[in-house]
Amino acid sequence: MSIPTDLKYTDSHEWVKSESDGTVTIGVTHHAQELLGDMVFVELPQVGRELAQKEECAVAESVKAAADIYAPISGEVTEINSELESEPEKINQDAYSAWLFKLKPTNASELDGLLDAAGYQTRLENEDH
Amino acid sequence: MLKMTPLNQAHRDMNAKMVDFGGWDMPLHYGSQLEEHHKVRQDAGMFDVSHMLPVDIKGDDVRGFLRQLLANNVDKLKLPGKALYTCMLNPQGGIIDDLIVYFLSESWFRIVVNAGTAEKDTAWIQKQRDSIAPNLEITPRRDLAMIAVQGPNARAKVWQVIPGSQAATENLKLFQSVVLDQYFIARTGYTGEDGFEIILPAEDATKFWQALHAAGVYPAGLGARDTLRLEAGMNLYGQDMDESTSPLESGLGWTVDLKSERDFIGKQSLQATPVTKQLVGLVLIDRGVLRGHQTVVSEHEGTEYQGEITSGGFSPTINQSVALARVASQVSLDDEVNVLVRDKKLRAKVVKYPFVRNGKALV
Repeated sequence: MSIPTDLKYTDSHEWVKSESDGTVTIGVTHHAQELLGDMVFVELPQVGRELAQKEECAVAESVKAAADIYAPISGEVTEINSELESEPEKINQDAYSAWLFKLKPTNASELDGLLDAAGYQTRLENEDH
Repeated sequence: MLKMTPLNQAHRDMNAKMVDFGGWDMPLHYGSQLEEHHKVRQDAGMFDVSHMLPVDIKGDDVRGFLRQLLANNVDKLKLPGKALYTCMLNPQGGIIDDLIVYFLSESWFRIVVNAGTAEKDTAWIQKQRDSIAPNLEITPRRDLAMIAVQGPNARAKVWQVIPGSQAATENLKLFQSVVLDQYFIARTGYTGEDGFEIILPAEDATKFWQALHAAGVYPAGLGARDTLRLEAGMNLYGQDMDESTSPLESGLGWTVDLKSERDFIGKQSLQATPVTKQLVGLVLIDRGVLRGHQTVVSEHEGTEYQGEITSGGFSPTINQSVALARVASQVSLDDEVNVLVRDKKLRAKVVKYPFVRNGKALV
């Protein structure tokens, strides 16, 4: 599956989408869901929580394992995708539409430090070796 | 270099996700572990279990040898073909392995042991043979493959594939087996569903696997095997028990025969050692997933006890997390306990297991 070019990525397999209202939407990548297998449980952060960049803030559990999800950038949680609490399998079905939460960035320049699609592709290729 | 079963290429041809399982290159799943799980509960699935090892024990009075070697009593095996689940203990009463022993004739018994313990088991059995019954012949059968076909439709689909098998196996009860041409067919399994475990020559395995697939049996990997056996409340060696735990602390008291006069390896230790722990089933009340090694906290009359989850996971049939846990003997059914999951205390209820049998949730 190709990596969407309109998103930014982290080394820890989160994707980040900049919205027109200045917030960012965050999810996990197709590669991450493939590694984890069938999702069975998602724990999301509280709306209003202030997150520091790289802070553990959510958990995705599959039939196989639990994976921590980290805040790609600092910010305040403005919305969570509570649909995933009853239907975590949506992450397997389409990882790039099954978003986890939205942040209002504290420091939008942190976005510049994230990987672009090509950079994430390189990151995955290096992982294979 | 990973060890491979005779079906390795067949798994790859079916796009299996392969993993290193205790030194064996085995299929984890063929796309979706959950789907494979449901297929076995609702229809029929097949597992390559050729990493497990059949060991033939032949000679005069095999039964006499096994009476001493195994904790369950092989005298329960009266009809040829009958099988028995048992532990093999060390002198301290710890579990060397759990296995199934098949009685084929007074001069031929077959046992099937776990993959990870196969070498250790064989060495132990040979050592005991040397001192108890030096004339017996012990033959590990790496020339054989083993396929488990499980699910409500499993037997009917096997009948389509092996000519004459319906007549030969239709009347087999649970834990009975029969030899038909090159097939050894047993009505046993590790899923809590009906079905067969079939042992056959390695060179015939791929063709048989493909024929089962053509008959509508879905390939299922080790992932589904684990969630199925957990729902069925069946212990996994190395996780729910090992050489440091006794069968009496592992929910396997029913497999240990302490009533008869018979002496067996480990018996004295079992009788001399007080049992302070037990294996119980847990169903998670809060949202989350129970996993192995999480701490279980219970309270009785003001005293706090700590136990540990030995196997935990998400139950696809119940749609909740379940676990097996080793806890203090004071814990009783229906108690509410706490499980430490990351920074949280989640509530779980102590229940009787199996959690699922023959497609139906029991909790």
